[in-house]
Amino acid sequence: MELDQLVEKLKQKDEKAFEKLYNMYSDSMLGVIYNIVRDHDIAQEVMQDVFIKAWHKADSYSSKKGRFFTWILNIARNAAIDKTRSKAFKNAKQNLNSDFFVDIIEGNENLDDKTDAIGIKKFVGKLAEKCKTVIELLYFKGYTQSEASEALDMPIGTIKTRNRNCIQELRNMVLN
Amino acid sequence: MDIKAYIESGILELYVAGTLSEKENEEVYALMQKHPEVLQEVLEIEAAIVKLTASTSQRDSDHILQRIKQTLGFDGNKDTKVVSIAKPKYNWITYTGWAASIVLAAGLLWTVNQNKQLQSDVQIAETQQSLLETQIANSKNSLEDANVLISVLRDDNITKVPLAGQGNFASTFAKVYWDKDSDRIFLDAQGLPDPPEGKVYQVWSLTLTPLTPTSLGTIDSFTADANKIFEIKNANESEAFGITLEPAGGSESPTMDQLYTLGVVSAS
Repeated sequence: MELDQLVEKLKQKDEKAFEKLYNMYSDSMLGVIYNIVRDHDIAQEVMQDVFIKAWHKADSYSSKKGRFFTWILNIARNAAIDKTRSKAFKNAKQNLNSDFFVDIIEGNENLDDKTDAIGIKKFVGKLAEKCKTVIELLYFKGYTQSEASEALDMPIGTIKTRNRNCIQELRNMVLN
Repeated sequence: MDIKAYIESGILELYVAGTLSEKENEEVYALMQKHPEVLQEVLEIEAAIVKLTASTSQRDSDHILQRIKQTLGFDGNKDTKVVSIAKPKYNWITYTGWAASIVLAAGLLWTVNQNKQLQSDVQIAETQQSLLETQIANSKNSLEDANVLISVLRDDNITKVPLAGQGNFASTFAKVYWDKDSDRIFLDAQGLPDPPEGKVYQVWSLTLTPLTPTSLGTIDSFTADANKIFEIKNANESEAFGITLEPAGGSESPTMDQLYTLGVVSAS
């Protein structure tokens, strides 16, 4: 398993492994962070902190506790949310854009350069409204099941199955 | 466990989202190890989420990597990092320590050298001292000898017998000082040449009527002796003294054609 080896090397402070893992997840993390802070400069600043933290804290990661992607996704979401709570951030950003990730993707001109861009745009365009919010809360905002259940006024079991169906749709779009 | 139902439950999507409890996470991990289809499902969910989230990223993330690498001191900065760690090892204490060691080592070498020099000086001095002691002893001996000679010369009881050169050896001469009280003679052989190799002078005491020679011995140390004065025992009633050249070891009777000097004791 290549990923496991990369993570193992990262723990041993292997710079090449760090670079590979960065390339695997950096766009994803920058997307998540931007979706929260909605400012390119601040997003880049947070990104930097996230991967520096990942480098120093790699030791604390264990594959038994979850996917490496999930681990770094948690660091990114927490760092971005922390940023939005800082006084300086609140002063600068009085009115946070309330768009979902969907709006960002649809307005993302940069996407045309990337593979699967067409698939993604097609997907979010067709994505049911109920999917948009579930995915937004669970993946981009890091809501817990109960938090999402409360926010969407839906039983946890329903969220679980709905989320599965939405991700299935996504997989069909971008992976096949 | 019904793996298919487990997958269908939607728990794996939540696993990737990171909303499961620690216990549930470990359970999913264990099932991934056991059932390849669970692992495959997780990998696909993760891949889809990575792509979805990446498409909300509007900027290129490469330049951020460069800044991160700089901050963490990767690559080009690696060397300076190593140096900065290694540098403090060579602080002034190290340098001072080495310098002190070198000075100490040089000092020790110098001391050892000095010691050797002094030892050889002492040896030279000791040799010179023993040489001087020998000279002093020799001088003392010579002085004693000289004193003895002076006392002999001043003694009235000493009979002085000049020995004149004979035949082919007319140019040679010698003198005998005969101390009758002590039964000894002092032979002054200054007028004789050094004997040739393998030959010695032999001293004879003679009675004239009839002519009978009695050997007083050979002078074996003739060449080595500096003042050529030899003390020889003589208890004979000598009427004359003669000196002949004989083969080394001496002869029973004198070889007359090698008679160098001869002198008759004047009746007093």
